[in-house]
Amino acid sequence: MFEGELHMSQLALKKERPKHLDLTKIRLPVPGIVSILHRISGAGLFLMLPLLIHLFDLSLASAESFERFKAVVASPLVKLILLGLTWAYLHHFCAGIRYLFLDLNKGIELKPARASARAVLAVSLTLTVILGVALW
Amino acid sequence: MVKRVVVGAHYGLKDWLAQRMTAVIMALYTVVFAVSLLAQRPAGYDGWRAFMSQGWLRFASFLFVVALLYHAWIGVRDIFMDYIKPTAVRLALHVVVIVLLVGYAGWAVQVLWRL
Repeated sequence: MFEGELHMSQLALKKERPKHLDLTKIRLPVPGIVSILHRISGAGLFLMLPLLIHLFDLSLASAESFERFKAVVASPLVKLILLGLTWAYLHHFCAGIRYLFLDLNKGIELKPARASARAVLAVSLTLTVILGVALW
Repeated sequence: MVKRVVVGAHYGLKDWLAQRMTAVIMALYTVVFAVSLLAQRPAGYDGWRAFMSQGWLRFASFLFVVALLYHAWIGVRDIFMDYIKPTAVRLALHVVVIVLLVGYAGWAVQVLWRL
């Protein structure tokens, strides 16, 4: 097709629609951030399951293993991982409840959807801080 | 209502529903567990062991483990479906995840059953 044959609206479409999937240029809206964090937190929890079950096992197997559990949990690295997993669980929990409501067509309009997404981020972070302070 | 012709393997809706039902079971467990932990405040090894040994909690914890097994399987499978394109690699990863999850569930149940 010649340049001259292009309709004006086609030209406008060509200009106004930059098509790129550059992750550094895409500005994800808040619900999108909650969504990808839901996936990341779920993956993180899955990957760390052996650590969590191991700690659960140590805490219950015997009085001696309970002491070992306390020693393992006291190490800064494990503390950091557990704090991260606490956030992951809380975020996954809060975002999951939000999705259950969205599935029931509750709060699917743009405004409430954005507000609830912000609430998920805020509540899970706040609870993580509270639990972090309370436990350590 | 429009009568639609559904094509494909037909496990989508079942898994979608299972993902939500297992989520509700785990969410309820989380709340009940947190509340009883705060109410009973078990101290030391003996307290913690007595707390986890309560019959109803072992029953609930077992359900939690089973729900988690199924929930994690659907979630991880969906992630692989999105990002792992070569069928052979994806299939191999699926098998690894199933083996791991079943093993984890057995491990967790053993901890509970020993109490």
